[in-house]
Amino acid sequence: MTTATATPTRISRITPASALLFLRDYAVLVLLGIILLVLAIATPSFFTFANIVNILNQNAPLAIIAVAGTFVIISGSFDLSTAAIYAVCSVAAAWVAVASGSVVLALLMPPVIGMLLGAFNGFSVTVLRVHSFLATLASSLIFKAIAVLITGGALISVPLDGFSELGRGRIGGVFYSVIILFIFIAVMWFVLNGTVYGRHVFAVGGNQDAAQLSGVSVDRIKVAVFAVSGLAAGIAASIGVSRIASGQPQAGEGLELAAIAAIILGGTSINGGMGAVWRSVAGVFLIALIGNGFDILGFNPQLKNLVTGVIILAAVALAAVGVKRR
Amino acid sequence: MSTAIVELLGASKRFGGTQALNGVDLTLRKGEVHALVGENGAGKSTLGKIVAGLYAPDSGELRVDGVPVSRWDPIRAQRAGIVMIAQELSLVSQLTVEQNVFLGAESSRLGVLKRGTTDRFRALLELAEFDLDPKAPVGTLSIAQQQKVEIMRALARKARVIVMDEPTSSLTAHETAQLHTLIRGLREQNRSIVYVSHFLDAVLEVADTVTIMRDGVRVRTAPAAQETKSSMVEGMLGRELSVTFPPRRPSVNESVPPLLTLEGVTTAAAHDISLQIRPGEIVGLLGLVGSGRSEIARAIAGADPITGGRMIYRGTEVSRWNTRKAIASGVVMVPEDRHAQGLVLERSVKENISLAFLDRFSTLGVISSRRERAGAQELADALSMRPPRIGLDVGGLSGGNQQKALLGKWLVGEPDVVILDEPTRGVDIGAKATIYRLIADLAERGVGVLLISSEHEEVLALSTRAHTVSGGTIVGEIDPATLGVSDLLAHLFSVDLTIGATA
Repeated sequence: MTTATATPTRISRITPASALLFLRDYAVLVLLGIILLVLAIATPSFFTFANIVNILNQNAPLAIIAVAGTFVIISGSFDLSTAAIYAVCSVAAAWVAVASGSVVLALLMPPVIGMLLGAFNGFSVTVLRVHSFLATLASSLIFKAIAVLITGGALISVPLDGFSELGRGRIGGVFYSVIILFIFIAVMWFVLNGTVYGRHVFAVGGNQDAAQLSGVSVDRIKVAVFAVSGLAAGIAASIGVSRIASGQPQAGEGLELAAIAAIILGGTSINGGMGAVWRSVAGVFLIALIGNGFDILGFNPQLKNLVTGVIILAAVALAAVGVKRR
Repeated sequence: MSTAIVELLGASKRFGGTQALNGVDLTLRKGEVHALVGENGAGKSTLGKIVAGLYAPDSGELRVDGVPVSRWDPIRAQRAGIVMIAQELSLVSQLTVEQNVFLGAESSRLGVLKRGTTDRFRALLELAEFDLDPKAPVGTLSIAQQQKVEIMRALARKARVIVMDEPTSSLTAHETAQLHTLIRGLREQNRSIVYVSHFLDAVLEVADTVTIMRDGVRVRTAPAAQETKSSMVEGMLGRELSVTFPPRRPSVNESVPPLLTLEGVTTAAAHDISLQIRPGEIVGLLGLVGSGRSEIARAIAGADPITGGRMIYRGTEVSRWNTRKAIASGVVMVPEDRHAQGLVLERSVKENISLAFLDRFSTLGVISSRRERAGAQELADALSMRPPRIGLDVGGLSGGNQQKALLGKWLVGEPDVVILDEPTRGVDIGAKATIYRLIADLAERGVGVLLISSEHEEVLALSTRAHTVSGGTIVGEIDPATLGVSDLLAHLFSVDLTIGATA
């Protein structure tokens, strides 16, 4: 592109073109607003404290994974192994709980294990130079196998008192998981936008060669984003395993794709270099509310995936409008 | 006057908030080489792309062979015999020359490729008078040869009009001359060429007609014979301006200890490099494209690992040198390709300027946005960036302003040694003057500068000393004050020949 065509960042007049640009950049918020409005009008029970807290609670594990996954996508990589890490962490926590009898130890294990497994992904991507898509696809097979080996294929029930407190407990009517989610969002938002590390994540995803020549340790940044992604899967697993008080190797199936879908739906660029934490959170809850809406309004639940898929496709297609013409 | 093939009447084109073209008229005649010149952002590329159907004008009339055209896109343009050769060549490097030439125009029956396109290829070769191996993978060819492939591709589509966007920007002087011979050949076959370029010498050499653009408006269209370099510059800028170089810096006494000394430094791509850079010196590296100039720069900047020899910085031999260490100790390189190596295009000017020196703007890893903004703004103002808004995405700026952002990115760290690799590539004359002054100022302040440029005139005019480079190593030292560009070229080419003979 040699033509100097400045992209307007501030729009003073509302023209069809500027409206389209706004819609392109904030499609997820517009959609979220529409669906909130529809649900609020259709069902008075929607905007109740209990319902909102429930939706947040149900989706906290996915949202935590998607928030960390945003870093991976912005840095120009993919992490397809978060569901498998979630599974390993779940069964490991259950196993440790049963073996040691310590709830605290059991629930602190998953974040640590998750971070290590994530770092292993980072190692495959940087040292072994395997494309992240393939590296995490392969590692998720390995991790799932480990989860099966730990349990012998069965389910590990945790009969300990207090083990379910993290996943089910509340303080002042708000679930612990929701509080953890909000803290995690705040921390990750700050790390991405306020720190040198966050800036380097953007640079690596935007132009890896330029980042390298700017003295950024590209490999270290990549290992770190995968470690953070693994950490998030571990935190999510702690909440999830505590909630159902049992570890099973099938836990978390489909989480990895749901997270990536939410990230992209939120408007983070699949090509790297652009994105935001709030976008992924909005993406997660947009998908969640579509599901919630189906339940509340009594629509045919068999159409849920169809509608979700169409909306994701439409949002991503909209994001591509104008990019071509730039 | 021969017949008009493409005519534009009052064509306008807007991109977001930028009026790229505003009521432009253009007439392209059969068998003419029509140059479009102007500063970056003047609209010359946009105009070329409209002719080739890459853009459709927002308003105004387009006529092809005298017939008004309502819908216009690359496919319709190709059917009308108009083909574009973009600045970034669009070849598939894994495919062979022949496969690329016929890509999208393969001879097939029901989708099954026919064998023996070779005859078709040979006929094209004869038409173009090229010497290309049809079976060679395009990735193995030089840029100049790849350009030939692009031209053959255009011919394979029976192009009557070929739009070339900055065709000489990656070519050596020799290759440029070859390209121009080729263009004249195409003209003799009664084909028309739209030649978008900011190399005014090249334009004068090859064009029949010149259209000068400024701020999206046509200044004038005139026969090339009536134009001179300065008349074109005047038209482009709207005022008279000669490219003046700042006065040459005095040479630095040899007793001054060097900032940087290389003794037989060897990397994967350069070997046995010995040179010194003293504070306040501008050391030029002169050589042809591919001679190893950039590789020497990369070794000093820590971008390529040093495998042999010694590098001494401020009296201490460096070890395990990498970009991070180099930047931390004040040795920076402004890389040659601002898109591929320099800037993160989708991020803001501010973020690009601060990227390599975030430590200066942060405490314990937390960025102070106030300090960052102040630092970036200071550089943007000092470099007179237009517009001076550091929140804009770098990718949306003109080439000259992108280059300024790139320079700002490296100067914000107040380095001691600055390597400038092609600091004025693809920038307009106004920006060039700013950059020349900046280079002189750096040396004035005691910075050691290593200057690399394919515009040899720049190196000769600015350097205090200069080395000639060939075959990945330094082959001689010349006095830039006494050597002219043509002497230098003769020198460089003969050097190349001797290297070729001994190798």
